[in-house]
Amino acid sequence: MTSGVNEFAFKIATPNGTGSASANGLIMQTIFRMGIPVTGKNLFPSNIQGLPTWYEIRVNKHGYTARTPVFDLMVAMNPQTYEKDVAEVRSGGWLLYDSTWPFDERLLRKDVNYIGIPISQMVNTSFKGVRERILMKNIAYAGALAALLGMDTDVVRGLTQEKFAKKPALLASNDKAIDLGYNYAVAHFECPLPIRLERMDETKDCILIDGNTSAALGCVYAGATVGAWYPITPSTSMMEGFKGFCERFRRDPETKKNRYVILQAEDELAAIGMVIGASWAGARAFTPTSGPGISLMGEFLGLAYYAEVPAVVFDVQRTGPSTGMPTRTQQGDFLSAAFASHGDTKHVCLYPCDPREAFEFAVAAFDLAERFQTPVLVLTDLDIGMNDWMIPKLKWDDAYKPDRGKVLTPADLEEIKGFYRYLGTDGDAIPARTLPGESPKGAYFTRGSGHNKFGGYTEDGDEYQEVVDRIAVKIRGAGKAVPAPVIKKQPGAKLGLVTVGGCHAACMEAIDILAADGTPVDYMRVRGFPFGDEVREFLEAHDTNFVVEQNRDAQMRTLLSLETGMPLNRLESVLYYSGYPMSALHVVAGVKPSAARVKVGVPA
Amino acid sequence: MSYILKPKVHHPSLPKNELGLTRRDYEGTLTTLCAGCGHDSVTAAIIQAFWELSIEPYKVAKLSGIGCSSKTPAYFLREAHGFNSVHGRMPAIATGANAANRNLMLIGISGDGDSLSIGLGQLCHIMRRNVNLLYVLENNGVYGLTKGQFSASADPGSTSKKGEINTMQCIDGVLMALSLGATFVARSFSGDKEQLVPILKAGLMHKGLAFIDVISPCVTFNDHEGSTKGYAYTREHQIELVSADFVPEFREITTEYPAGAVQRVVMHDGSSVHLRKLAEDYDPTDRDGAYSHIREHQARGEVVTGLLYVDPDSRDMIEQCEALDEPLYNLAFEGLCPGSAELEKLQLRFR
Repeated sequence: MTSGVNEFAFKIATPNGTGSASANGLIMQTIFRMGIPVTGKNLFPSNIQGLPTWYEIRVNKHGYTARTPVFDLMVAMNPQTYEKDVAEVRSGGWLLYDSTWPFDERLLRKDVNYIGIPISQMVNTSFKGVRERILMKNIAYAGALAALLGMDTDVVRGLTQEKFAKKPALLASNDKAIDLGYNYAVAHFECPLPIRLERMDETKDCILIDGNTSAALGCVYAGATVGAWYPITPSTSMMEGFKGFCERFRRDPETKKNRYVILQAEDELAAIGMVIGASWAGARAFTPTSGPGISLMGEFLGLAYYAEVPAVVFDVQRTGPSTGMPTRTQQGDFLSAAFASHGDTKHVCLYPCDPREAFEFAVAAFDLAERFQTPVLVLTDLDIGMNDWMIPKLKWDDAYKPDRGKVLTPADLEEIKGFYRYLGTDGDAIPARTLPGESPKGAYFTRGSGHNKFGGYTEDGDEYQEVVDRIAVKIRGAGKAVPAPVIKKQPGAKLGLVTVGGCHAACMEAIDILAADGTPVDYMRVRGFPFGDEVREFLEAHDTNFVVEQNRDAQMRTLLSLETGMPLNRLESVLYYSGYPMSALHVVAGVKPSAARVKVGVPA
Repeated sequence: MSYILKPKVHHPSLPKNELGLTRRDYEGTLTTLCAGCGHDSVTAAIIQAFWELSIEPYKVAKLSGIGCSSKTPAYFLREAHGFNSVHGRMPAIATGANAANRNLMLIGISGDGDSLSIGLGQLCHIMRRNVNLLYVLENNGVYGLTKGQFSASADPGSTSKKGEINTMQCIDGVLMALSLGATFVARSFSGDKEQLVPILKAGLMHKGLAFIDVISPCVTFNDHEGSTKGYAYTREHQIELVSADFVPEFREITTEYPAGAVQRVVMHDGSSVHLRKLAEDYDPTDRDGAYSHIREHQARGEVVTGLLYVDPDSRDMIEQCEALDEPLYNLAFEGLCPGSAELEKLQLRFR
């Protein structure tokens, strides 16, 4: 990978809990406002204070937004991790450190340029109070980076002014700290470095947003009124986002009464139970969670599947199994989400690739859940959910009308002879439902125990099968309604590259690298489960399909094979599951040796 | 088969309530429980309570978990929606349903296995939230459907049908409810319809969670000598502490009650519960007093019954959430979706 103007990556190492997020945000936003494509990845510990945390920023004029593991510059503000941080700088790169204290000579590398700035010394001289000194150290390195990378200082000032408009004392402190870093760098080093920023015009129709926030916004726009949750990393900020948006959009200014209810449940079992109860009673309801929550929700998800109650679940996946690494990303729940619960169950799943799709699929999830009267699981991950992504601005079509599915009103019930809950004779295998409290003619008994098509309890084998067979047809039908796969073909391509969710950015970049290298591939990103026909057709059209995903056991490959009948020897895995977001290099490294081995065009 | 409907032909002389409905209109399918099951008596009392209150059946939702008790919602109010959910999780369903539609009148039926073992956490939290629900715990001290294992409410020293002695402490739902801040706590006996019906009525009208522990003997597995949840034992050891009479606002006739012994508790809608104190020193609005009173009697082997505690100032979950007066499920989409112009404005924040 080449480095230079508007094409480089740097990493900032700090101890957790020192307030570096605000400095890192300032840097990200400055680059973004300079019109240059930028992406940030926060690698943080499952800890409140003290453990190491890193923030990676990639600047890329071509618009590649995937993570890169190659760093041109390291801002080493955490002596705890010096050793690791020094080792990660690319040969010929730079390392900025706090030179208040001498740098351990054993860690010096000849092929790295060291930039020592006495940050602590300067900050301690200029600021009083322990807390302020800690915070301003971060702002000071941001100031130094502004000089070294050639940030537009007007943009930096504009941001601090916006942020601290109502807190003049803080504004003065921040500006002073920026100056400390900036002036020292200018006085002692040749600024800017060869890796530097130059204004572009590539971000004006974009926003910087994380997927939990955009998914929460999607829930508001979809008209969800009940949110139930149990706090779990990395999904927590989704409900916080929903609450914030509801306070803005759903609170009556006069009466202060809310057009929403948020229920913090005692556990994930209760959270999904509340969603099912609320959906059964006619509200659009959802719960955000992560893998451990999906495990706990299993029994209830099976009930909702069999009793045909809508429910929307957001699974912001993290590294499993078990507690795993709660603050690291993974795509480890494809199988547990698709088949959550005992017995024959199969759930509709959506796989957004970034915060924009998280917003759009959140809306789609409610439509699908109510239309098909079944749980819909939206699977994002920590990388999509918690990191800031540069995406095109969100759009909303005011003509949108929610699809509430077949709900019979009291007037509808007057028109028909008798209501039976599980008939589903309309051809789409979807039965009509009624809501409690509306009409004596709509009453029925919802149960997870064996029932016949009339809604009555049964232990009769034929009656039981009739219902579960219809549900299977119904769920198969959902495969035609979930978002279709994104397919991009290249001339002369013989290989298929298949992926899902947040691997998208890495794959798009890898495709360009592979093409430039003489290995064109056709690309497919699946976006929903059950898979539609296009998915099977794409796989069949390629003798070898590489399936790129972020888990150890190739879960998406298993699911694809299981559902499409594609033999496993035509599905080769490219896996990356360290807990960090995937990069194009991982994809290329996975595809290239195998591509050579399978000799393009000849079955493996 | 519980979906077999009872014949709908009514005897013309059956008494009618204010809606012109007879008790038969409040029934459900035929019970599939054992003959003599205490739960069927509770069902009959529930039917009576709804009928006496002249509540339109379709405005009610009946919720339950899993177990013998949880089957009973099928046996009353056939015109009401029912939800037989998963074991121990009825409270979560009730909480969600209440959030979606605050006008839906909710009755939850549970058992001691459902509430005090697998669903203990959910029971505690629905009390904590004070969801507007009548929670009936049909308590027989035994797992009936799986044939006779002790439940968590079995008293230490009581014996199973096979002669096993329970050595473990019992979880007392009533004491727990008092300590968790429940706003309406009662205990009754399935064989005492006169006491049970008014308590059920008061519970239905209570704003918040009304918890009623009903000792309801299991004739098949827990009605033998050595059982403390059988008919004989309960009849012999039951001490009625506070007798409740529920009086809807429009029907109040105070003269029927001897002054002095009656404590009138006004409910949210203006109706009132009249509590006849049978013990001189008992104050049903004193949580701590209720707790110690029950404990004292327990030490003497007595089962205290009646409406034991009520908080007339109860604030239910929906009120605490400051939700609209209208049910959320029915709100027009236009009032929920902020639209494209707002989205455009909002996104300035993300630049």
